[in-house]
Amino acid sequence: MIPALFIGFSLLLLVSGLMVVLHKSPVTSAMFLVVAFCALAGIYILLHAEFIGMVQVIVYAGAIMVLFLFVIMYLNLGHDPEHGATILLRRLIGWIAGALVVLQGAMLFAGRWALGPTSTEAPPLGGNTQALGQLLYSRFLFPFEITSLVLLVAMVGAIVISKGRSTRTPDPIPHAPHAGLQAVLRPGDTVTPPTPPGGGEA
Amino acid sequence: MKRLLADALQKYHVWAAEHPDPTFAIWAFIKIFIILNVTLVVVSYLVWAERKICGRMQGRFGPNRVGWFGLLQPWADVVKLFFKEEFVPGSANKVLYSIAPALAIVPALISFSIVPFGPGLHVTDLNVGLLLFLAMSSIGVYAVTLGGWASNNKYALIGGLRSSAQMISYELAMGISTIGVLLLAGSLSMVDIVKAQEHTWFVAFQPVAFLMFMITAFAETNRTPFDLPEAESELVAGFHTEYSSMKFGLFFLGEYSNVITICSIAVTLFLGGWNGPWLPQSLKFLWFFAKLAVLVFVFVWARWTLPRFRYDQLMDLGWKVLLPVSIANVMLTAVVVYMRVPR
Repeated sequence: MIPALFIGFSLLLLVSGLMVVLHKSPVTSAMFLVVAFCALAGIYILLHAEFIGMVQVIVYAGAIMVLFLFVIMYLNLGHDPEHGATILLRRLIGWIAGALVVLQGAMLFAGRWALGPTSTEAPPLGGNTQALGQLLYSRFLFPFEITSLVLLVAMVGAIVISKGRSTRTPDPIPHAPHAGLQAVLRPGDTVTPPTPPGGGEA
Repeated sequence: MKRLLADALQKYHVWAAEHPDPTFAIWAFIKIFIILNVTLVVVSYLVWAERKICGRMQGRFGPNRVGWFGLLQPWADVVKLFFKEEFVPGSANKVLYSIAPALAIVPALISFSIVPFGPGLHVTDLNVGLLLFLAMSSIGVYAVTLGGWASNNKYALIGGLRSSAQMISYELAMGISTIGVLLLAGSLSMVDIVKAQEHTWFVAFQPVAFLMFMITAFAETNRTPFDLPEAESELVAGFHTEYSSMKFGLFFLGEYSNVITICSIAVTLFLGGWNGPWLPQSLKFLWFFAKLAVLVFVFVWARWTLPRFRYDQLMDLGWKVLLPVSIANVMLTAVVVYMRVPR
Protein backbone atom coordinates (compact mmCIF):
# COMPACT_ATOMS: atom_id res chain seq x y z
CA MET A 1 0.00 0.00 0.00
CA ILE A 2 2.82 2.41 0.90
CA PRO A 3 4.49 2.31 -2.57
CA ALA A 4 1.10 2.97 -4.17
CA LEU A 5 0.51 5.94 -1.88
CA PHE A 6 4.02 7.21 -2.56
CA ILE A 7 3.45 7.07 -6.32
CA GLY A 8 0.09 8.76 -5.92
CA PHE A 9 1.47 11.62 -3.83
CA SER A 10 4.48 12.05 -6.14
CA LEU A 11 2.28 12.21 -9.22
CA LEU A 12 0.05 14.76 -7.49
CA LEU A 13 3.12 16.75 -6.49
CA LEU A 14 4.56 16.73 -10.02
CA VAL A 15 1.29 17.58 -11.76
CA SER A 16 0.38 20.37 -9.36
CA GLY A 17 3.96 21.70 -9.52
CA LEU A 18 3.71 21.86 -13.28
CA MET A 19 0.33 23.56 -13.06
CA VAL A 20 1.80 26.22 -10.76
CA VAL A 21 4.16 27.18 -13.58
CA LEU A 22 1.84 26.66 -16.52
CA HIS A 23 -1.46 28.08 -15.33
CA LYS A 24 -2.20 31.64 -16.43
CA SER A 25 -4.27 32.81 -13.46
CA PRO A 26 -2.09 33.71 -10.43
CA VAL A 27 -4.72 32.70 -7.86
CA THR A 28 -5.15 29.26 -9.44
CA SER A 29 -1.37 28.87 -9.56
CA ALA A 30 -1.19 29.67 -5.86
CA MET A 31 -3.87 27.09 -5.10
CA PHE A 32 -1.95 24.46 -7.06
CA LEU A 33 1.07 25.34 -4.95
CA VAL A 34 -1.04 24.59 -1.86
CA VAL A 35 -1.94 21.20 -3.35
CA ALA A 36 1.76 20.60 -4.03
CA PHE A 37 2.63 21.41 -0.41
CA CYS A 38 -0.06 19.02 0.85
CA ALA A 39 1.22 16.25 -1.45
CA LEU A 40 4.74 16.87 -0.16
CA ALA A 41 3.42 16.62 3.41
CA GLY A 42 1.91 13.26 2.47
CA ILE A 43 5.31 12.04 1.25
CA TYR A 44 6.93 13.22 4.49
CA ILE A 45 4.37 11.26 6.49
CA LEU A 46 5.04 8.14 4.42
CA LEU A 47 8.72 8.54 5.34
CA HIS A 48 7.74 8.54 9.06
CA ALA A 49 8.45 12.28 9.35
CA GLU A 50 4.98 13.09 10.69
CA PHE A 51 6.06 16.23 12.50
CA ILE A 52 7.69 17.74 9.40
CA GLY A 53 4.67 16.77 7.32
CA MET A 54 2.20 18.49 9.62
CA VAL A 55 4.38 21.57 10.07
CA GLN A 56 4.65 21.72 6.28
CA VAL A 57 0.87 22.01 6.06
CA ILE A 58 0.56 24.44 8.99
CA VAL A 59 3.36 26.80 7.96
CA TYR A 60 3.54 26.62 4.17
CA ALA A 61 0.06 25.60 3.07
CA GLY A 62 -1.73 27.32 5.94
CA ALA A 63 0.12 30.53 6.71
CA ILE A 64 2.53 31.50 3.95
CA MET A 65 0.26 30.69 1.03
CA VAL A 66 -2.62 32.61 2.59
CA LEU A 67 -0.34 35.66 2.70
CA PHE A 68 0.60 35.00 -0.95
CA LEU A 69 -3.10 34.95 -1.82
CA PHE A 70 -3.55 38.21 0.10
CA VAL A 71 -0.91 39.92 -2.00
CA ILE A 72 -2.29 38.54 -5.25
CA MET A 73 -5.82 39.58 -4.37
CA TYR A 74 -4.85 43.06 -3.21
CA LEU A 75 -2.73 43.76 -6.26
CA ASN A 76 -5.43 42.19 -8.42
CA LEU A 77 -2.85 40.81 -10.83
CA GLY A 78 -4.24 40.19 -14.25
CA HIS A 79 -2.11 39.32 -17.23
CA ASP A 80 1.51 40.15 -16.76
CA PRO A 81 2.52 42.23 -19.77
CA GLU A 82 5.76 40.65 -20.89
CA HIS A 83 8.18 42.38 -23.21
CA GLY A 84 11.77 42.99 -24.21
CA ALA A 85 14.79 42.27 -22.08
CA THR A 86 12.96 41.09 -18.94
CA ILE A 87 11.29 38.22 -20.75
CA LEU A 88 14.57 37.22 -22.38
CA LEU A 89 16.34 37.26 -19.03
CA ARG A 90 13.53 35.30 -17.44
CA ARG A 91 13.66 32.70 -20.17
CA LEU A 92 17.42 32.41 -19.81
CA ILE A 93 17.16 31.88 -16.05
CA GLY A 94 14.37 29.39 -16.63
CA TRP A 95 16.46 27.38 -19.09
CA ILE A 96 19.47 27.35 -16.75
CA ALA A 97 17.37 26.24 -13.79
CA GLY A 98 15.68 23.56 -15.88
CA ALA A 99 19.02 22.28 -17.16
CA LEU A 100 20.31 22.09 -13.57
CA VAL A 101 17.29 20.06 -12.50
CA VAL A 102 17.73 17.66 -15.44
CA LEU A 103 21.44 17.33 -14.63
CA GLN A 104 20.64 16.60 -11.00
CA GLY A 105 18.13 13.94 -12.03
CA ALA A 106 20.64 12.37 -14.41
CA MET A 107 23.28 12.23 -11.67
CA LEU A 108 20.77 10.70 -9.29
CA PHE A 109 19.92 8.01 -11.81
CA ALA A 110 23.58 7.43 -12.61
CA GLY A 111 23.94 6.41 -8.98
CA ARG A 112 26.44 9.06 -7.96
CA TRP A 113 24.17 10.14 -5.14
CA ALA A 114 23.07 6.86 -3.71
CA LEU A 115 19.97 7.00 -1.58
CA GLY A 116 20.78 6.82 2.11
CA PRO A 117 19.86 3.83 4.21
CA THR A 118 16.10 3.75 4.56
CA SER A 119 14.45 1.77 7.30
CA THR A 120 10.86 0.68 6.87
CA GLU A 121 10.31 -0.09 10.54
CA ALA A 122 8.11 2.32 12.43
CA PRO A 123 9.79 4.66 14.92
CA PRO A 124 9.30 3.99 18.65
CA LEU A 125 6.13 5.12 20.37
CA GLY A 126 5.93 8.87 20.80
CA GLY A 127 7.10 9.24 17.23
CA ASN A 128 10.16 11.00 16.04
CA THR A 129 8.86 14.39 17.17
CA GLN A 130 10.71 13.93 20.45
CA ALA A 131 13.91 12.81 18.71
CA LEU A 132 13.71 15.82 16.39
CA GLY A 133 13.22 18.18 19.32
CA GLN A 134 16.15 16.73 21.22
CA LEU A 135 18.41 17.06 18.18
CA LEU A 136 17.28 20.63 17.52
CA TYR A 137 17.97 21.73 21.07
CA SER A 138 21.27 19.93 21.54
CA ARG A 139 23.38 19.20 18.48
CA PHE A 140 21.81 21.76 16.15
CA LEU A 141 21.13 24.44 18.76
CA PHE A 142 23.49 26.98 17.19
CA PRO A 143 22.06 26.81 13.63
CA PHE A 144 18.58 26.81 15.15
CA GLU A 145 19.25 30.00 17.11
CA ILE A 146 20.97 31.64 14.14
CA THR A 147 17.94 30.88 11.97
CA SER A 148 15.61 32.45 14.50
CA LEU A 149 17.86 35.49 14.70
CA VAL A 150 17.82 35.86 10.90
CA LEU A 151 14.02 35.67 10.94
CA LEU A 152 13.87 38.28 13.69
CA VAL A 153 16.14 40.62 11.72
CA ALA A 154 13.98 40.16 8.63
CA MET A 155 10.87 40.96 10.67
CA VAL A 156 12.34 44.08 12.22
CA GLY A 157 13.62 45.13 8.79
CA ALA A 158 10.19 44.77 7.25
CA ILE A 159 8.64 46.88 10.01
CA VAL A 160 11.33 49.58 9.69
CA ILE A 161 10.90 49.79 5.92
CA SER A 162 7.12 50.07 6.07
CA LYS A 163 7.10 52.49 9.02
CA GLY A 164 9.96 54.64 7.71
CA ARG A 165 8.11 55.44 4.49
CA SER A 166 4.89 56.45 6.14
CA THR A 167 6.52 59.17 8.31
CA ARG A 168 8.21 60.88 5.37
CA THR A 169 5.43 60.91 2.81
CA PRO A 170 2.08 62.41 3.78
CA ASP A 171 -0.81 60.09 4.43
CA PRO A 172 -2.84 59.81 1.20
CA ILE A 173 -6.03 59.74 3.27
CA PRO A 174 -5.54 62.42 5.92
CA HIS A 175 -7.37 61.03 8.94
CA ALA A 176 -5.53 63.49 11.19
CA PRO A 177 -4.67 66.46 8.96
CA HIS A 178 -2.34 68.11 11.46
CA ALA A 179 -0.12 65.07 11.81
CA GLY A 180 0.09 64.82 8.02
CA LEU A 181 1.01 68.51 7.66
CA GLN A 182 3.70 68.41 10.30
CA ALA A 183 5.39 65.56 8.51
CA VAL A 184 5.94 67.52 5.29
CA LEU A 185 6.56 70.95 6.82
CA ARG A 186 10.10 72.03 7.57
CA PRO A 187 11.30 75.14 9.40
CA GLY A 188 11.26 78.08 7.04
CA ASP A 189 8.50 76.74 4.82
CA THR A 190 5.66 79.14 4.16
CA VAL A 191 2.24 77.86 4.92
CA THR A 192 -0.73 78.94 2.82
CA PRO A 193 -3.98 78.27 4.56
CA PRO A 194 -6.21 75.92 2.60
CA THR A 195 -9.21 77.49 0.91
CA PRO A 196 -12.39 76.20 2.44
CA PRO A 197 -14.63 74.22 0.10
CA GLY A 198 -17.25 76.20 -1.73
CA GLY A 199 -15.19 79.40 -1.92
CA GLY A 200 -14.23 81.18 1.30
CA GLU A 201 -14.70 84.75 0.04
CA ALA A 202 -18.38 84.51 -0.72
CA MET B 1 -26.44 -20.87 13.46
CA LYS B 2 -24.04 -20.07 16.26
CA ARG B 3 -21.46 -22.41 14.74
CA LEU B 4 -21.85 -20.82 11.35
CA LEU B 5 -21.20 -17.42 12.86
CA ALA B 6 -18.19 -18.66 14.79
CA ASP B 7 -16.87 -20.26 11.61
CA ALA B 8 -17.27 -17.04 9.69
CA LEU B 9 -15.52 -15.09 12.45
CA GLN B 10 -12.68 -17.64 12.43
CA LYS B 11 -12.32 -17.33 8.66
CA TYR B 12 -12.34 -13.55 8.94
CA HIS B 13 -9.56 -13.58 11.52
CA VAL B 14 -7.42 -15.81 9.30
CA TRP B 15 -8.05 -13.56 6.32
CA ALA B 16 -7.34 -10.42 8.35
CA ALA B 17 -4.04 -11.84 9.60
CA GLU B 18 -3.01 -12.51 6.00
CA HIS B 19 -4.16 -9.18 4.59
CA PRO B 20 -3.43 -6.43 7.13
CA ASP B 21 -3.66 -3.54 4.67
CA PRO B 22 -7.16 -4.21 3.28
CA THR B 23 -8.42 -5.01 6.79
CA PHE B 24 -7.10 -1.70 8.06
CA ALA B 25 -8.63 0.14 5.11
CA ILE B 26 -12.03 -1.51 5.54
CA TRP B 27 -12.19 -0.86 9.28
CA ALA B 28 -11.04 2.73 8.81
CA PHE B 29 -13.72 3.19 6.17
CA ILE B 30 -16.45 1.80 8.45
CA LYS B 31 -15.35 4.03 11.35
CA ILE B 32 -15.15 7.08 9.11
CA PHE B 33 -18.59 6.33 7.67
CA ILE B 34 -20.21 6.07 11.10
CA ILE B 35 -18.50 9.11 12.60
CA LEU B 36 -19.13 11.21 9.49
CA ASN B 37 -22.84 10.48 9.50
CA VAL B 38 -23.25 10.95 13.24
CA THR B 39 -21.39 14.26 12.94
CA LEU B 40 -23.56 15.53 10.12
CA VAL B 41 -26.74 14.65 12.02
CA VAL B 42 -25.41 16.28 15.18
CA VAL B 43 -24.44 19.36 13.19
CA SER B 44 -27.91 19.73 11.71
CA TYR B 45 -29.42 19.37 15.18
CA LEU B 46 -27.00 21.96 16.49
CA VAL B 47 -28.64 24.41 14.10
CA TRP B 48 -32.00 23.41 15.59
CA ALA B 49 -30.66 23.78 19.13
CA GLU B 50 -29.24 27.19 18.32
CA ARG B 51 -32.58 28.40 17.00
CA LYS B 52 -34.43 26.95 20.00
CA ILE B 53 -32.07 28.49 22.55
CA CYS B 54 -32.04 31.80 20.70
CA GLY B 55 -35.83 31.77 20.72
CA ARG B 56 -36.01 31.13 24.45
CA MET B 57 -33.45 33.86 25.13
CA GLN B 58 -35.55 36.33 23.17
CA GLY B 59 -38.86 35.25 24.75
CA ARG B 60 -39.98 33.22 21.70
CA PHE B 61 -40.54 29.51 21.13
CA GLY B 62 -38.17 28.97 18.22
CA PRO B 63 -39.03 26.42 15.50
CA ASN B 64 -42.03 24.36 16.68
CA ARG B 65 -44.07 23.61 13.55
CA VAL B 66 -42.26 20.68 11.87
CA GLY B 67 -42.45 17.61 14.13
CA TRP B 68 -42.54 17.64 17.94
CA PHE B 69 -40.77 20.74 19.25
CA GLY B 70 -39.72 21.37 15.66
CA LEU B 71 -37.45 18.33 15.74
CA LEU B 72 -37.86 17.70 12.02
CA GLN B 73 -36.94 21.30 11.16
CA PRO B 74 -33.30 20.45 10.14
CA TRP B 75 -34.55 17.90 7.61
CA ALA B 76 -37.00 20.41 6.16
CA ASP B 77 -34.21 22.99 5.95
CA VAL B 78 -31.82 20.62 4.19
CA VAL B 79 -34.47 19.54 1.67
CA LYS B 80 -35.27 23.19 1.01
CA LEU B 81 -31.58 24.00 0.48
CA PHE B 82 -31.20 21.13 -1.98
CA PHE B 83 -34.14 22.21 -4.10
CA LYS B 84 -33.31 25.92 -4.24
CA GLU B 85 -32.05 27.47 -7.44
CA GLU B 86 -28.31 27.43 -7.66
CA PHE B 87 -27.12 30.79 -8.87
CA VAL B 88 -23.52 31.35 -9.98
CA PRO B 89 -22.53 34.96 -10.70
CA GLY B 90 -21.51 35.44 -14.32
CA SER B 91 -18.20 37.08 -13.53
CA ALA B 92 -17.20 34.57 -10.85
CA ASN B 93 -14.22 32.26 -11.15
CA LYS B 94 -16.35 29.13 -11.56
CA VAL B 95 -13.89 26.47 -10.40
CA LEU B 96 -12.68 28.22 -7.25
CA TYR B 97 -16.24 29.36 -6.54
CA SER B 98 -17.32 25.71 -6.42
CA ILE B 99 -14.30 24.44 -4.47
CA ALA B 100 -14.60 26.98 -1.65
CA PRO B 101 -17.74 25.53 0.06
CA ALA B 102 -16.20 22.05 0.05
CA LEU B 103 -13.07 23.48 1.64
CA ALA B 104 -15.25 24.92 4.39
CA ILE B 105 -16.50 21.56 5.59
CA VAL B 106 -13.84 18.99 4.66
CA PRO B 107 -11.09 20.18 7.08
CA ALA B 108 -13.56 20.25 9.98
CA LEU B 109 -14.62 16.68 9.23
CA ILE B 110 -11.01 15.50 8.82
CA SER B 111 -10.23 16.87 12.28
CA PHE B 112 -12.84 14.48 13.69
CA SER B 113 -10.65 11.53 12.77
CA ILE B 114 -8.35 12.28 15.72
CA VAL B 115 -10.95 13.07 18.39
CA PRO B 116 -11.14 10.26 20.98
CA PHE B 117 -14.83 10.04 21.92
CA GLY B 118 -14.30 7.25 24.42
CA PRO B 119 -11.78 4.58 25.35
CA GLY B 120 -10.93 3.04 21.98
CA LEU B 121 -13.60 5.09 20.20
CA HIS B 122 -11.57 7.01 17.66
CA VAL B 123 -10.83 6.67 13.95
CA THR B 124 -7.09 6.96 14.35
CA ASP B 125 -4.60 7.82 17.07
CA LEU B 126 -1.93 9.83 15.28
CA ASN B 127 1.24 10.62 17.17
CA VAL B 128 0.92 14.17 15.80
CA GLY B 129 -2.84 14.40 16.36
CA LEU B 130 -2.94 17.92 17.71
CA LEU B 131 -0.83 19.18 14.80
CA LEU B 132 -3.34 17.65 12.39
CA PHE B 133 -6.06 19.71 14.04
CA LEU B 134 -3.98 22.90 13.75
CA ALA B 135 -3.14 22.08 10.12
CA MET B 136 -6.77 21.54 9.24
CA SER B 137 -7.86 24.76 10.91
CA SER B 138 -5.24 26.62 8.87
CA ILE B 139 -6.50 24.97 5.67
CA GLY B 140 -10.02 26.08 6.59
CA VAL B 141 -8.97 29.70 6.00
CA TYR B 142 -8.95 29.05 2.24
CA ALA B 143 -12.68 28.45 2.19
CA VAL B 144 -13.52 32.01 3.19
CA THR B 145 -10.61 33.60 1.31
CA LEU B 146 -11.39 31.85 -1.96
CA GLY B 147 -15.15 32.10 -1.51
CA GLY B 148 -14.81 35.84 -1.05
CA TRP B 149 -12.43 36.33 -3.95
CA ALA B 150 -14.02 34.00 -6.49
CA SER B 151 -17.49 35.56 -6.13
CA ASN B 152 -16.13 38.78 -7.64
CA ASN B 153 -18.20 40.94 -5.31
CA LYS B 154 -16.81 43.75 -3.19
CA TYR B 155 -18.65 42.76 -0.01
CA ALA B 156 -17.59 39.15 -0.42
CA LEU B 157 -13.98 40.18 -1.04
CA ILE B 158 -13.83 42.41 2.03
CA GLY B 159 -15.46 39.69 4.13
CA GLY B 160 -13.00 37.11 2.86
CA LEU B 161 -9.98 39.31 3.51
CA ARG B 162 -11.18 40.23 6.98
CA SER B 163 -11.83 36.64 7.81
CA SER B 164 -8.45 35.38 6.68
CA ALA B 165 -6.66 38.17 8.55
CA GLN B 166 -8.66 37.33 11.67
CA MET B 167 -8.11 33.60 11.41
CA ILE B 168 -4.36 33.90 10.82
CA SER B 169 -3.99 36.24 13.81
CA TYR B 170 -5.96 34.05 16.18
CA GLU B 171 -4.54 30.76 14.92
CA LEU B 172 -1.19 31.82 16.34
CA ALA B 173 -2.54 32.44 19.83
CA MET B 174 -4.56 29.22 19.63
CA GLY B 175 -1.56 27.12 18.67
CA ILE B 176 0.57 28.64 21.43
CA SER B 177 -2.17 28.22 24.06
CA THR B 178 -2.18 24.45 23.39
CA ILE B 179 1.57 24.16 24.04
CA GLY B 180 1.02 24.32 27.81
CA VAL B 181 -1.12 21.19 27.58
CA LEU B 182 1.50 19.48 25.44
CA LEU B 183 4.17 20.25 28.03
CA LEU B 184 2.04 18.67 30.76
CA ALA B 185 1.03 15.60 28.74
CA GLY B 186 4.36 15.13 26.99
CA SER B 187 2.67 13.93 23.84
CA LEU B 188 0.93 15.20 20.72
CA SER B 189 -1.40 12.20 20.55
CA MET B 190 -4.95 12.99 21.61
CA VAL B 191 -5.42 9.60 23.32
CA ASP B 192 -2.27 10.13 25.39
CA ILE B 193 -3.42 13.62 26.33
CA VAL B 194 -6.75 12.23 27.58
CA LYS B 195 -5.01 9.44 29.48
CA ALA B 196 -2.71 11.98 31.16
CA GLN B 197 -5.82 13.69 32.59
CA GLU B 198 -7.13 10.62 34.41
CA HIS B 199 -6.76 12.25 37.84
CA THR B 200 -6.84 15.97 37.20
CA TRP B 201 -8.17 17.80 34.19
CA PHE B 202 -5.67 20.12 32.56
CA VAL B 203 -8.02 23.07 32.98
CA ALA B 204 -6.98 23.02 36.66
CA PHE B 205 -3.33 23.62 35.71
CA GLN B 206 -3.96 25.70 32.60
CA PRO B 207 -6.96 27.97 33.30
CA VAL B 208 -5.45 30.86 31.32
CA ALA B 209 -4.71 28.64 28.33
CA PHE B 210 -8.26 27.25 28.43
CA LEU B 211 -9.77 30.72 28.47
CA MET B 212 -7.55 31.76 25.60
CA PHE B 213 -8.29 28.63 23.62
CA MET B 214 -12.01 29.33 23.94
CA ILE B 215 -11.64 33.00 22.93
CA THR B 216 -9.59 32.06 19.87
CA ALA B 217 -12.08 29.29 19.13
CA PHE B 218 -14.82 31.91 18.78
CA ALA B 219 -12.61 33.85 16.38
CA GLU B 220 -11.57 30.77 14.39
CA THR B 221 -15.17 29.75 13.79
CA ASN B 222 -16.20 33.32 12.88
CA ARG B 223 -18.85 33.34 15.58
CA THR B 224 -20.13 36.35 17.51
CA PRO B 225 -18.49 38.37 19.05
CA PHE B 226 -15.89 37.88 16.30
CA ASP B 227 -18.24 37.51 13.33
CA LEU B 228 -16.93 40.54 11.44
CA PRO B 229 -16.39 38.57 8.23
CA GLU B 230 -20.15 38.25 7.88
CA ALA B 231 -21.21 41.43 9.65
CA GLU B 232 -24.60 41.83 7.97
CA SER B 233 -24.98 45.49 8.88
CA GLU B 234 -21.96 46.46 6.77
CA LEU B 235 -21.10 43.57 4.44
CA VAL B 236 -24.53 42.08 3.47
CA ALA B 237 -23.40 38.51 4.29
CA GLY B 238 -19.64 38.72 3.94
CA PHE B 239 -17.84 36.01 2.03
CA HIS B 240 -20.98 34.00 1.26
CA THR B 241 -22.98 36.91 -0.15
CA GLU B 242 -23.08 35.36 -3.64
CA TYR B 243 -23.72 31.79 -2.55
CA SER B 244 -27.08 30.11 -2.73
CA SER B 245 -28.63 26.66 -2.48
CA MET B 246 -26.49 23.83 -1.13
CA LYS B 247 -23.25 25.77 -1.68
CA PHE B 248 -24.45 28.19 0.96
CA GLY B 249 -25.61 25.16 2.93
CA LEU B 250 -22.08 23.77 2.92
CA PHE B 251 -20.68 27.03 4.34
CA PHE B 252 -23.38 26.88 6.97
CA LEU B 253 -22.65 23.24 7.82
CA GLY B 254 -18.93 24.03 7.79
CA GLU B 255 -19.38 26.74 10.43
CA TYR B 256 -21.34 24.46 12.73
CA SER B 257 -19.09 21.45 12.25
CA ASN B 258 -16.15 23.73 13.02
CA VAL B 259 -17.87 24.68 16.26
CA ILE B 260 -18.31 21.02 17.21
CA THR B 261 -14.76 20.13 16.17
CA ILE B 262 -13.19 22.93 18.15
CA CYS B 263 -15.33 22.14 21.21
CA SER B 264 -14.33 18.47 20.96
CA ILE B 265 -10.68 19.49 20.87
CA ALA B 266 -11.21 21.80 23.87
CA VAL B 267 -12.87 18.95 25.80
CA THR B 268 -10.00 16.63 24.90
CA LEU B 269 -7.24 19.07 25.75
CA PHE B 270 -8.58 20.77 28.84
CA LEU B 271 -11.66 19.03 30.24
CA GLY B 272 -10.35 15.49 30.50
CA GLY B 273 -11.96 13.99 27.39
CA TRP B 274 -13.93 10.89 28.32
CA ASN B 275 -12.63 10.84 31.92
CA GLY B 276 -15.29 11.06 34.61
CA PRO B 277 -16.57 9.23 37.65
CA TRP B 278 -19.27 6.52 38.04
CA LEU B 279 -19.74 5.28 34.50
CA PRO B 280 -18.23 1.94 33.38
CA GLN B 281 -15.46 1.96 30.80
CA SER B 282 -17.82 1.20 27.89
CA LEU B 283 -20.10 4.17 28.68
CA LYS B 284 -17.39 6.75 29.33
CA PHE B 285 -18.11 8.35 25.98
CA LEU B 286 -21.26 9.81 27.56
CA TRP B 287 -19.01 12.04 29.66
CA PHE B 288 -17.36 13.27 26.50
CA PHE B 289 -20.68 14.17 24.93
CA ALA B 290 -21.95 15.82 28.13
CA LYS B 291 -18.90 18.09 28.28
CA LEU B 292 -19.17 18.75 24.54
CA ALA B 293 -22.82 19.77 24.97
CA VAL B 294 -21.91 22.24 27.71
CA LEU B 295 -19.19 23.89 25.59
CA VAL B 296 -21.43 24.06 22.51
CA PHE B 297 -24.12 25.66 24.65
CA VAL B 298 -21.56 28.29 25.71
CA PHE B 299 -20.95 29.05 22.03
CA VAL B 300 -24.67 29.53 21.36
CA TRP B 301 -25.12 31.48 24.59
CA ALA B 302 -22.33 33.90 23.67
CA ARG B 303 -23.79 34.47 20.23
CA TRP B 304 -27.10 35.74 21.61
CA THR B 305 -25.53 37.68 24.47
CA LEU B 306 -22.48 39.57 23.26
CA PRO B 307 -22.32 42.34 20.67
CA ARG B 308 -19.82 42.36 17.83
CA PHE B 309 -16.30 43.73 18.24
CA ARG B 310 -14.94 46.57 16.17
CA TYR B 311 -12.23 45.49 13.72
CA ASP B 312 -9.37 47.37 15.38
CA GLN B 313 -10.44 46.02 18.80
CA LEU B 314 -10.35 42.53 17.34
CA MET B 315 -6.82 42.91 16.01
CA ASP B 316 -5.62 44.61 19.20
CA LEU B 317 -7.01 41.77 21.30
CA GLY B 318 -5.41 39.15 19.11
CA TRP B 319 -1.94 40.59 18.78
CA LYS B 320 -1.48 42.73 21.88
CA VAL B 321 -3.28 40.68 24.52
CA LEU B 322 -3.80 37.04 23.58
CA LEU B 323 -0.43 36.44 21.93
CA PRO B 324 1.79 37.86 24.71
CA VAL B 325 -0.33 36.24 27.44
CA SER B 326 -0.18 32.85 25.73
CA ILE B 327 3.59 33.09 25.28
CA ALA B 328 3.98 34.04 28.96
CA ASN B 329 1.78 31.08 29.87
CA VAL B 330 3.98 28.72 27.87
CA MET B 331 7.16 30.03 29.52
CA LEU B 332 5.69 29.75 33.00
CA THR B 333 4.43 26.21 32.34
CA ALA B 334 7.77 25.19 30.87
CA VAL B 335 9.64 26.43 33.94
CA VAL B 336 7.26 24.66 36.34
CA VAL B 337 7.36 21.40 34.36
CA TYR B 338 11.17 21.58 34.20
CA MET B 339 11.44 22.13 37.97
CA ARG B 340 9.09 19.28 38.83
CA VAL B 341 10.42 16.61 36.48
CA PRO B 342 12.76 14.36 38.47
CA ARG B 343 16.18 14.15 36.89
